[in-house]
Amino acid sequence: MIDIIMAIVFVLVAPVIGGLVAGIDRKVTAHMQGRVGPSVFQPFWDVGKLFEKENAVVNETQIFYAICYVLFMAFTGALFFSGGDLLLVIFALTLSQVFLVLGAFAANSPYSYVGAERELLQIMAYEPMVILTAVGMFVATRSFNVADIATTTIPVVLLIPGIFLGFLYTLTIKLRKSPFDISTSHHAHQEIVKGVTTEFSGPSLGLIEITHWYETVLLLGFLYLFFGWNPLLAVVAVIVLYLLEILIDNTNARMRWQFAVKSAWLVALVAGFINLAALYFLSGGVS
Amino acid sequence: MTYLAKSPWIFHYDASSCNGCDIEILACLTPMYDVERFGIINTGNPKHADIFVVTGSINEANREVIQNLYNQMPDPKVVVAVGICACSGGVFRECYNVAGGIDKLIPVDVYVPGCAARPESIIDGIVTALGVLEEKRSKNIHSKVVTDHERPERHNHAQGGAQ
Repeated sequence: MIDIIMAIVFVLVAPVIGGLVAGIDRKVTAHMQGRVGPSVFQPFWDVGKLFEKENAVVNETQIFYAICYVLFMAFTGALFFSGGDLLLVIFALTLSQVFLVLGAFAANSPYSYVGAERELLQIMAYEPMVILTAVGMFVATRSFNVADIATTTIPVVLLIPGIFLGFLYTLTIKLRKSPFDISTSHHAHQEIVKGVTTEFSGPSLGLIEITHWYETVLLLGFLYLFFGWNPLLAVVAVIVLYLLEILIDNTNARMRWQFAVKSAWLVALVAGFINLAALYFLSGGVS
Repeated sequence: MTYLAKSPWIFHYDASSCNGCDIEILACLTPMYDVERFGIINTGNPKHADIFVVTGSINEANREVIQNLYNQMPDPKVVVAVGICACSGGVFRECYNVAGGIDKLIPVDVYVPGCAARPESIIDGIVTALGVLEEKRSKNIHSKVVTDHERPERHNHAQGGAQ
């Protein structure tokens, strides 16, 4: 019963939290650049505005893909926060991302195509590390269930520090932060004319924004799992790590996609596998 | 209830401007003026934009581009002509290659004169445009598609220009 309530709470509350996080992100970013910056509620006004606009799309199926994108992201988050299976969460997350790529490919536009291809490359870059994270969580806690991992008494992050660092690396890609904001960016509003979102306008663009809020909350939830044994520490760690992401975003230039893929795989391979191997041998093998 | 006035996303196109007005528009985005505190974002994509900001006057090279960009913007939308060249053609109005201000081609809602227009007057122009934008939304006005199809010169240009 509690898991169904958690799922409903996530679907209703996550956009509010995600939107506020986006607003705080913009405010902090503005201060880092010596500007005043917009109100922390600006993302809500932006999305409200987008729903007041005309839904001008090249291809009607784009709207369908945008709706699927938000539905599957909400489903992924609901699965995660109801304490579901971590592997299922990761596969549902990937499915949701694929709908965004399909939506971008549905419009016959060069900018949209470039954005979609870059989004695919980003998925390719972060996916190995995300799956390794689930494996690492299992090796540390003997469970794939989010409910068990979140309430464990084992200090997960101390057992899998390599995987934690690798996950932080891919988090920059997932949150679309510099240096890996290659498919679409929060700051460079003119580059590749906004990439994967080029051909979306009005309400469908608003849906993509809302999906991004869901995704942010879901990823912060992932971060929480590393510190699950101490809820207070976990919340503090999530806040500090998100501020760190904002700092990285504002102090780095954009890298090429080649670097994003190579470095993300290298980090997954080195930090992830060494960590897993060490854990395996120290614990005397999986029993 | 309206969010349009709180989140106007502008889209800037340099028609045949000398770059004077363009630099002043970009100055609005710097920490000195910081228009993002009002939610104004310079998008670069007509499909995401609410306000079309044009600098410079019309010539043969950019008339189709301006029409295309204008037609791609979703309703409600407004056009702001920044600088005297965009308003009327300015000192270039009698040049052989200049057709005049932007209003010869697309409906302009706000004129911001000046050579170059000051950042303060550009911001004032955008704020005035917000009123027009809100009016268009409440009256549910759909902008017409602008084309050159009726234009007699079009045929000549298709054959390679000057005759």
